[in-house]
Amino acid sequence: MSTIAVVGVGLAGVRAGEALRAQGHDGRLVMIGEEAVEPYDRPPLSKQVLLGTYEACDIALTDTASRAELDAEWLLGTRATAFDPVTRHLTLSDGQSLHAEGVVIATGARARTLSGVPELDSVHTLRTLDDARRLRDDLSRPGRVAVVGGGFIGAEVASAARALGHEVTIVEFEQMPLLRQLGSAAAGVLRRLHTDHGVPLVTGVSVTGLVGRDRVQAVSLSDGRSLPADVVVVGIGAVPNTEWLAGSGVALDNGVLTDEWCRTTVPGVVAAGDVAAYRCRGGRRLRIEHWTNARDMPATAARSLLATLRGEDPVEQPAHDPLPYVWSDQYDSHLQIAGRPDADDALELVSGSFDSGFVAVYRRDGAVTGVLAVDSPKEFGRLRRELRGTWATR
Amino acid sequence: MIQLCSVEELTPGTVTRIARPDLPAPLALVKVGDRVFCIDDTCSHETASLSDGWLDGHEVECPLHESRFDVRTGRPDCPPARRSIRTHAVRLVDGIVYVEESSVAAEEPAR
Ligand SMILES: Cc1cc2nc3c(=O)[nH]c(=O)nc-3n(C[C@H](O)[C@H](O)[C@H](O)COP(=O)(O)OP(=O)(O)OC[C@H]3O[C@@H](n4cnc5c(N)ncnc54)[C@H](O)[C@@H]3O)c2cc1C
Repeated sequence: MSTIAVVGVGLAGVRAGEALRAQGHDGRLVMIGEEAVEPYDRPPLSKQVLLGTYEACDIALTDTASRAELDAEWLLGTRATAFDPVTRHLTLSDGQSLHAEGVVIATGARARTLSGVPELDSVHTLRTLDDARRLRDDLSRPGRVAVVGGGFIGAEVASAARALGHEVTIVEFEQMPLLRQLGSAAAGVLRRLHTDHGVPLVTGVSVTGLVGRDRVQAVSLSDGRSLPADVVVVGIGAVPNTEWLAGSGVALDNGVLTDEWCRTTVPGVVAAGDVAAYRCRGGRRLRIEHWTNARDMPATAARSLLATLRGEDPVEQPAHDPLPYVWSDQYDSHLQIAGRPDADDALELVSGSFDSGFVAVYRRDGAVTGVLAVDSPKEFGRLRRELRGTWATR
Repeated sequence: MIQLCSVEELTPGTVTRIARPDLPAPLALVKVGDRVFCIDDTCSHETASLSDGWLDGHEVECPLHESRFDVRTGRPDCPPARRSIRTHAVRLVDGIVYVEESSVAAEEPAR
């Protein structure tokens, strides 16, 4: 009876555990999670949780019934600190050592922080339930909010803070939010979404310092200006949690490198979710930090791990080859993006108008590379399906 | 019994939304073969209209986050949705689709 350890019990870890059981693993299953709380879903943290419409119980990823079905040993509040590929032992933060024939790496990513600035009480990042609770507390008092970074998290925090009645400013290094990811036409739409809701953007600058003693008072900008703020939220991307794998033989390069079957460079060790930099069928490497990938990738990881443990060739199994998909809720608008467009791909309106709801496609050399929609789920769904067909064979 | 529409108004392969002031909640109708199924139109996860979604056999896919609901049972196949949506028994009389009033009466949305 073999032991499989799942390291990290966010969405990808929970789904990996569920997939392992569903696919017939009847040995020992150990779920190791650094956070002391039961697994929960992250997208609502920057939306309903900040607004106070969801509590912790509304975002649980498991319930009594699903945990009973999973029949796992849970080590919550416990970190994996090392893995030895020869003895196949995981070292845990409480000093325990755990022998596992199979390991699923699902340690996700953590929020990137500003470097070289003092640590002040009212400066936040947002990745965990703890983070969301502390930020929500700070937003329960009146005050000016500065959001550093105009990406998805920054935009969602800005719109939640605005809905809570705060004066909000976004500081963005590029000239427009998500310019490098989505190109200038789409970035212009997003900028307008902010300004239409009374959230100005300070663009083309970076943060050089934070002013304040215990709590922040102002943000110093690279153009010499100082932006007054009582609360600062830093949303400048995420860093994959791979440090614990140093010396394990698992190859790393901005994430855990895997092949199309989620296999790492160590046999019997697979990875899934935000932490995994996987090779697509076309040879491209993608590390997708979106919910749908963390939901779906673990099924492939589980299948290929179980095949390996049975001594079979996982390559006979279907590979992981999804069409990337992300949504974001900003103000009252719902954004959806599928594919991986380059910023300089041509953006062409399919229906609606950039001033309100629309669907648009990105094209490169005539071929569709992505679909972008605001408040047009039906048309988006149709085009995403079309793209799914061609994406798989690219 | 509440009269909804005529069977002829339902196109196979699509989900038809029926939202009216006399209905406590928007409904979605699906015709598969000779049978008509009625479910709540609003996804149990977040406010998305399932009639904007994709229909594949007996399954409707939520247009926002891709959970699929079986129109016969209301059960979702995968997260983010975890709760079933309500299904309502349909009566067909002379080509007209009816549902039971008590079945569609609004209930407190369980979170
Ligand atoms: C605020 C916020 C809003 C988001 N909104 C959206 C959205 O609207 N749409 C969308 O598509 N995506 C969204 N995402 C992204 C989505 O939530 C992530 O893609 C998803 O959470 C990734 O899941 P994961 O399990 O791979 O990693 P994570 O969720 O990061 O989980 C990894 C877990 O592993 C734990 N861990 C790390 N190291 C160790 C260790 N050594 N030992 C044990 N445990 C460890 C971590 O503490 C964590 O609990 C959002 C993310 C955030 C943070």
